[in-house]
Amino acid sequence: MLKRRLPRLLAALLVVAVLVIGAFAAFAWRTAIAPIAPPAAASFAAAQVEQGRILAAAGNCVACHHGSAGALAGGYPLKTGFGTIYSPNITSDADTGIGRWSLAAFTRAMHEGVARDGSHLFPALPYDHFTKVSDADVAAIYAWLMTQPAVRAVSPANTIPFPLNIRALQAGWKMLYFHPGRFVANPAKSAEWNRGAYLAEGIAHCGGCHTPRGALGAEKPDVAYAGAALNGWIAPPLTAANPAPVAWTAAALATYLRIGSEPQHGSAAGDMSGVVHVGMAALPDSDVRAIATYIADGNASATRSAGDAAALARAAAVVTSTTDPDARLYATACGSCHYAGGKPPGDARPDLALNTALWLDAPDNFIQVVLHGIGVHDGAPGVMMPGYGRGFSDADIARIAAYLRRTRTTLAPWHDVPGRIADIRKQSDSAS
Amino acid sequence: MSTSFELNGSPVTVDVPADSPLLWAIRDSLGLTGTKFGCGIGMCGACTVHVEGRATRSCITAIGQVAGAKVTTIEGLDPAGAHPLQTAWIEAQVPQCGYCQSGQIMQAVTLLADFPDPSDADIDAVMNGNLCRCMAYVRIRKAIKAAAAGMRSAAHA
Repeated sequence: MLKRRLPRLLAALLVVAVLVIGAFAAFAWRTAIAPIAPPAAASFAAAQVEQGRILAAAGNCVACHHGSAGALAGGYPLKTGFGTIYSPNITSDADTGIGRWSLAAFTRAMHEGVARDGSHLFPALPYDHFTKVSDADVAAIYAWLMTQPAVRAVSPANTIPFPLNIRALQAGWKMLYFHPGRFVANPAKSAEWNRGAYLAEGIAHCGGCHTPRGALGAEKPDVAYAGAALNGWIAPPLTAANPAPVAWTAAALATYLRIGSEPQHGSAAGDMSGVVHVGMAALPDSDVRAIATYIADGNASATRSAGDAAALARAAAVVTSTTDPDARLYATACGSCHYAGGKPPGDARPDLALNTALWLDAPDNFIQVVLHGIGVHDGAPGVMMPGYGRGFSDADIARIAAYLRRTRTTLAPWHDVPGRIADIRKQSDSAS
Repeated sequence: MSTSFELNGSPVTVDVPADSPLLWAIRDSLGLTGTKFGCGIGMCGACTVHVEGRATRSCITAIGQVAGAKVTTIEGLDPAGAHPLQTAWIEAQVPQCGYCQSGQIMQAVTLLADFPDPSDADIDAVMNGNLCRCMAYVRIRKAIKAAAAGMRSAAHA
């Protein structure tokens, strides 16, 4: 009996398999959108182009789409756990950029993660956030891109291995993780909160760095903004789990996002420097405040700020020992600037007892800044810190890190600081 | 790679790798030798200059970090070399060998900007990173206090 049935069973399985593959193919299939002649710059209204410039800055498009040929000409290597993705050219060049993309094609890419030719884009493009951006704002970004100079530049081929490089499989990723749809306002919240949420969740895609990702690279919505490790830095938690001793209130966040530094918390460095000085810099004060309002609403700062006075008093009471050799090292190398003398800390005299980096679970951000410093264009404008990477041994930096952690915070020592220093040095060397 | 910045009020451009120390650009490319090389690791203060008005160790400052910034060296502190700290330095006969003094003075300018009437603790904390192997510390402190007093009375006048 079984012998007779087996071919039937196989045939049935085959039919099911074909149906499943067919259904997936149908699900994954996207048509190409016809190429157009690149639109004339004059065909876009100046106000729309300006709006697009602001939004493209807020999205910090150039952070990934820059390359040796220009700010939007692509080629920047985005190293992922799956291989390297080279950002594409998004200038208006007809052959190597997106000059032949219609507004409909561009909108589909932003809202659905599908290229003009119908192929699925990798979620390296944060379309999981851009899907929330309104049609009008997408059109404005399109207008701005199409009025920027066309640059002829072909990005290197991605190194995503087979079978992950099969674009159709991205449809499966989308089925699991992607929720397309425009931003929906929360009527229980203020207009300012909703404006902030629209920007933060959409074009500014804060979660792209500050939300942990799962095994397949998707942000985990249940731990949104819980903080994540990225490129040798920690994108700190934006939730109540943020360990800063003085609460990150809306006012503090607004100052930080506007200026690049906040005296009771620290300076924007690493990728966050570009977010502030390229991204937020283009937004009006009202939008920066709106983002700060939205983030502060989710970090319990309203209740946490009750502890601010005690934290400030504790920081002011710290005395640098004159006999502890670690304290002597710190005083000589760092004390010329990091001494506030009982006065409120300023951007040029930051009190490290208040610095968020010192209170994070991992020493990465502290190590990065000690190694590389903060340039005049990072953090607060005009305030810089030299990098000690060449002068200091890993052991010196580890001593200062351990000393500050034990005298400036109330937290347990960091684990394996020398190991993190060596890793971060290696990573910086290979990046340069 | 070429980097442009402002040195003592004049625009300058140097063609050195972006990670070259600012100190070498100032001394070797631009020929201002008042700023000294001491330890090369940011631990002695001899190389102290101002970046945007703040004392900075130029030996560990990468030139790329100061692109477009205003840099001031001991030569640019005062056109006549008569900044109140320089005057006080001479008055108190501070230097012995003199090697560290340009760095000491540049650091002290920032000290007095932040602490116009500095306590001994303030002076110790801020000047701790500026070493003097001739042990002129007592005279350094004296000159700083004299300059501070002079600057305060000048500000009130």
